[in-house]
Amino acid sequence: MRSSRGRGVLALLAVATLLGACSGAGTQASPGTGNVTLRALFMKQAAYSEADVKAMTDSFTAANPNIKVTTDFVGYDALHDKIITDQIGGGGTYDLFLMDTPWPAEFVKAGIVTDITDKIPADVKSGVFDSAWTAATYQGKIYGVPWINDTKFFFYNKKMFADAGITSAPKTWDDVVADAQAIKAKGIVQYPIVWSWKQAEAVICDWTELAGAMGGANFIDAQGNATFNTGGGLAALEFMKKTIDLGLTNPASLGLLEDDVNKTMSAGQAAMALNWTYGYAVMNDPQNSTVAGQIAVTSAPGQGSTTTAGVNGGMSIAVSKTSKNPDAALQYALWVASEKSQEMDTANAFPMWKASFDKPDVTKANPEYFAAAKNEFENLVARPVVPYYTKLSNALQVAIQTALQGKQTPQQALDGVAAQLPDLQK
Amino acid sequence: MSQAARAGAVVDRRVRKPWPETWVAAAFIAPAALVIVAVVLVPLARAAWMSLFDISLVRPGDEPFVGLGNYIEQLTSGDFWAATFRALWFTVISTALELILGLGLALLMDQPLRFRWLLRTLVILPWALPTIVNALMWRWIDNAEYGALNALLTQLGILHSYQVWLSNSDLAMWMVILADVWKMTPLVAILLLAALQSVSPELVEAAKVDGATTVQAFRHVLLPLIVPVVLIVLVLRTMEAFKVFDIVWIMTGGGPANATQTIAIYAYQTAYQGYDFGRGAALGYLIALVIMVLAAIYLRLLGRVGRD
Repeated sequence: MRSSRGRGVLALLAVATLLGACSGAGTQASPGTGNVTLRALFMKQAAYSEADVKAMTDSFTAANPNIKVTTDFVGYDALHDKIITDQIGGGGTYDLFLMDTPWPAEFVKAGIVTDITDKIPADVKSGVFDSAWTAATYQGKIYGVPWINDTKFFFYNKKMFADAGITSAPKTWDDVVADAQAIKAKGIVQYPIVWSWKQAEAVICDWTELAGAMGGANFIDAQGNATFNTGGGLAALEFMKKTIDLGLTNPASLGLLEDDVNKTMSAGQAAMALNWTYGYAVMNDPQNSTVAGQIAVTSAPGQGSTTTAGVNGGMSIAVSKTSKNPDAALQYALWVASEKSQEMDTANAFPMWKASFDKPDVTKANPEYFAAAKNEFENLVARPVVPYYTKLSNALQVAIQTALQGKQTPQQALDGVAAQLPDLQK
Repeated sequence: MSQAARAGAVVDRRVRKPWPETWVAAAFIAPAALVIVAVVLVPLARAAWMSLFDISLVRPGDEPFVGLGNYIEQLTSGDFWAATFRALWFTVISTALELILGLGLALLMDQPLRFRWLLRTLVILPWALPTIVNALMWRWIDNAEYGALNALLTQLGILHSYQVWLSNSDLAMWMVILADVWKMTPLVAILLLAALQSVSPELVEAAKVDGATTVQAFRHVLLPLIVPVVLIVLVLRTMEAFKVFDIVWIMTGGGPANATQTIAIYAYQTAYQGYDFGRGAALGYLIALVIMVLAAIYLRLLGRVGRD
């Protein structure tokens, strides 16, 4: 390990040197001509595709010929690391980068994102879903322009439901259990429900969504104390464990990510699942799915007085503190987030504009999906926005998996993380 | 002075005195030494220095000196010891299995078999695969839905229903060990085969003439002669296995519920996912320390065997 430790440090040094050498190359304002070059970091995974971003960018540069925009793409799992190493290790190559919902607190604390609260036009502020702003806000200040609106929807196999004699989509999570039991009893599939419960952020998203339906997902109170081990958080974990004990959840779920869930559903080995917006197109793609055309979608079930709750999976575009052209950068972010840009391709991501959901020429592609999405987007719950989020998430992932395997009760497992909280906050 | 002598004196003055041999050697070594200093010693020293500070990448400018605080924190942390014991578990089981199976394969390949060349080629194949490819392959074999392992075991009637191999805390580490043994046994076998072939066949024949059975000849003649190589293989495999990262990372990512989080994965998560570079550096040094202790034990054993 000694040498690999050395190599690790060296690699870091090399990256730092390279980034250092490149810094400043990202933003160049040539005096006199007024030409500006921006560099933006996006994600190549789910939501808008590279082609979508290119189309949005091209329309921006056509309207603003003095601004040139270079776009880079990395996978989601590399995005956070790339932002941190670029902004802190290297001095900042990017003027703009994509920011996930749980990150603003950490980024604000690290001093790498620009406060744009006062620069958001009023019509943008009021036209976009409130949940999208939550995803870009920390302590009342806005640090990103909402760009991707996403949550986990409830997908189910219509044919399997019909074969089991079920006539409507489940409205509550209790309905989900009852429907799964009916499907299992008929021998249609061995495990009717599949989830992305791998030791990764994916399991936290499912747990948060369930907690939102089962009493609320306020995991950390204003004083910084744990509340995830009571109320919604606890009820959600107990529900998850119950579906395993009843033989309704595929036990392999503990090793699956969202793509694996798509595959299991596409192979006809599960009747229902939660997944992000893009799941609909993937599971209904005849090229890759044996059940294409059978997968229907609805708002995630609720429970008790809650009709639906979705995990806030929105992402926003942040302007970096190191940008030499923050105004041009914000101008670009507002352009790609505009109603017009967002309505260009709704197959990969829903617009974040409330009005888009009432425009027949936008929703005509899939009116039912738009209706389900509008309903769920108005009821999103966020993962805790705390500066120590990554550590908290890692600890919760382990606790949830420990409970799901029956090594501890849900209460014990979550109490364990609550006890660790002072350490995680350090 | 004759013409010739004068010319000779001129030549003498022109031929420089040769450099002392050590200087020449130093000049040749210098570029490599400089590179080593730059890419090994400097980062090592920097990491040692970093391990004395509380450095978090997401808290720039606030890097208090904590002395040995990072080390003490790790040595008193349950997570550190759990990860260390997981790494030791992986090391002991996988190294032992690789040694036993490798010795068996080496003995087989040492026999005058008809298709020995084919056997030797086939045996080396798993080792020729990159670790990442091997890990991905085993992840598919162990897949609960479509994996070959479940299909094989149910068709043979050993299993009645599909097992979840990698998402079960009690099984995941065993599956990773299996993948590692499959890949690394060939290396052990080839090294031991080389050792076996250096032993003169007359020694074994002489033992048999004196009435020793095959097992006795192996136990008392062959084995003692290859013990030094066995020990070297042990040292290599132990040090490699203790810092295992790639195969585990690809197959399980350290899960489920940290069941396969070895010490190297713990260090990676601390340094590069938690951005805790001070703690990460301290962990790097602690891992190096454990490996050095293990190496010292083996080297003592090796020295003793050498003297015998």
